[in-house]
Amino acid sequence: MTTHLRVAAAGPSSTIQDRGRVGYQRYGVSVAGAADPLLHAVANALVGNRPGEGAVEFTLAGDSVTVEGGPVRIAVAADAALTVDGDPVPGWTSLRLTDGQTLRIGNLRSGMRGYWAVEGGFALQPVLGSVATHIRSRMGGLDGGVLKAGDRLPLALDQAADRGERCLDPSLLPARGGRLRVMLGPQQDYFTPAGIEAFLEEDYALSHEADRMGCRLDGPVIEHSRGFNITSDGIPLGAVQVPGTGRPIVLLADRQTTGGYPKIACVVGPDVAALAQMRPGERLRFAAVDAAEAGRIQARHRELVDGLPALLQSAGGFALYDSGRLLGFNLIGGAVTGWD
Amino acid sequence: MSVTTPVPAPVLRAAGDSALIVELGDGIAPDLNAAVHRLDRRIADAQLPGIVETVPTYRSILVQFDPAVTAAEPLGQALLGLATGLTQAVAEPQLRWIVPVCFGGAHGEDLDEVARRSGLGTEEVVRLHCTADYRVYMLGFSPGFAYLGGLPEVLHQPRRENPRMVTPAGSVMQGGAQAAISPIAMPSGWHLLGRTPARTFDLKREPPFLLAPGDRIRFTAISAAEYDRLEGMSGYLPDCETVTPSVTLMQGAAA
Repeated sequence: MTTHLRVAAAGPSSTIQDRGRVGYQRYGVSVAGAADPLLHAVANALVGNRPGEGAVEFTLAGDSVTVEGGPVRIAVAADAALTVDGDPVPGWTSLRLTDGQTLRIGNLRSGMRGYWAVEGGFALQPVLGSVATHIRSRMGGLDGGVLKAGDRLPLALDQAADRGERCLDPSLLPARGGRLRVMLGPQQDYFTPAGIEAFLEEDYALSHEADRMGCRLDGPVIEHSRGFNITSDGIPLGAVQVPGTGRPIVLLADRQTTGGYPKIACVVGPDVAALAQMRPGERLRFAAVDAAEAGRIQARHRELVDGLPALLQSAGGFALYDSGRLLGFNLIGGAVTGWD
Repeated sequence: MSVTTPVPAPVLRAAGDSALIVELGDGIAPDLNAAVHRLDRRIADAQLPGIVETVPTYRSILVQFDPAVTAAEPLGQALLGLATGLTQAVAEPQLRWIVPVCFGGAHGEDLDEVARRSGLGTEEVVRLHCTADYRVYMLGFSPGFAYLGGLPEVLHQPRRENPRMVTPAGSVMQGGAQAAISPIAMPSGWHLLGRTPARTFDLKREPPFLLAPGDRIRFTAISAAEYDRLEGMSGYLPDCETVTPSVTLMQGAAA
């Protein structure tokens, strides 16, 4: 029998994501993929997967899943409280769960999106080369939609490999702030100097109109110089388009492939992920960088992702399915010190 | 001898840390869009290192690259090199799809209205659509949605004031100066002329997309009975022919 994870309760918007659908934008197919590829890669690294394996992205509140078969190795990359059958367990570490055990992921204490991955990934048929869910076109994931209670996710591995658990100190991950680096263009010539100055010098705040497709920002109006219609062209990740209202919209993973509003700038890749982790009302400011600096930012980010496995530590060889030991592991500095 | 409109010098635009836009001009015009598709083919043939995918649109191409493999600067120079001389004589074969359409009635609710507004009879509107040489300018908006250039000028009409929330899959429509074939049921403000039993997007088929940017299309009128027969055929695909346009020379080009 294939091992499954049954969704006992689903977060408000949980979808299976990988690195996205590559090569089909010319046919009008959105890329989709993890909104925060770094945290997605962390979840995969903790269970020993390659970086692009399908994993679940949840929004604000996590899912509860019950093992059917197994054992299953699972890891959560998120600032959230976790329990297994009601007992607290640590985050940022792989866990080995046995048949019938239920992992419950609580609300995010910070950030907008968290990830959980299972060793070996999900046994799902890729659509156009990817398991990434794109809800608007009902493509990928589990029938193209969000996870819901009662869903059964088939796993590629029937049994977790026999090895120790791995953990990550999340303070090793780069701090993210409200400063988003952008490269001006492709259509900065559609804006007045005052419009570009407002964009680069003033504060903006994330509005409530924010999802995987894009984030509308509140803040000073960005003035157009010659209308707000361009001949529709392709939209890169992180493009900041400015419609007639003058209020910018940053386009994310689920963005449409083409559009007819001028794009004043594009947020550099790693900072697009930082934006996807911001909550409505949070303030941000854009800062222009040139192509050379953007290239260096990309290179440093690539080193970080490639180096993730080396950042992982052994989780001490605890038998993590023993909830008593798990509890001890979780309370570093508290109960552990007490035992010394 | 026909004359090709010269395309202005190509422009390179920054599009973030992993993409560039090569722009050949502005607006929606057949020669400009044909040059875009010639450049897209040149880019594919050149197999430049680091290119992840290209998105050809009306007048430009978004080129996405892997910054781990190439930097923007040398890639941009290579793209500009490929973009020069695009107006030179070409005779590249193209695919032309013969797409059957059941026009009017329940299959195309707006045909009579389009005819009335243009001052033509419905038969004349159908005849114009079936003799037009349509080209797939680009795909966008949703998977497989093809924007077709080549709508006869007498038929250019503004879109509906009140868009429909649902239009059926396979709708053959016109809006503004363009026509389109809808891949799936979707909201639309375009005028519905008819329906084709050909599915332009079907994930269960390989390849799932019937039309590619740059393809040509000729509509042919069919009866409702023929529509039902073709729609009932599993895996039905419309006829396709390869056309090689006669070589066009730029005015004043050296022989």
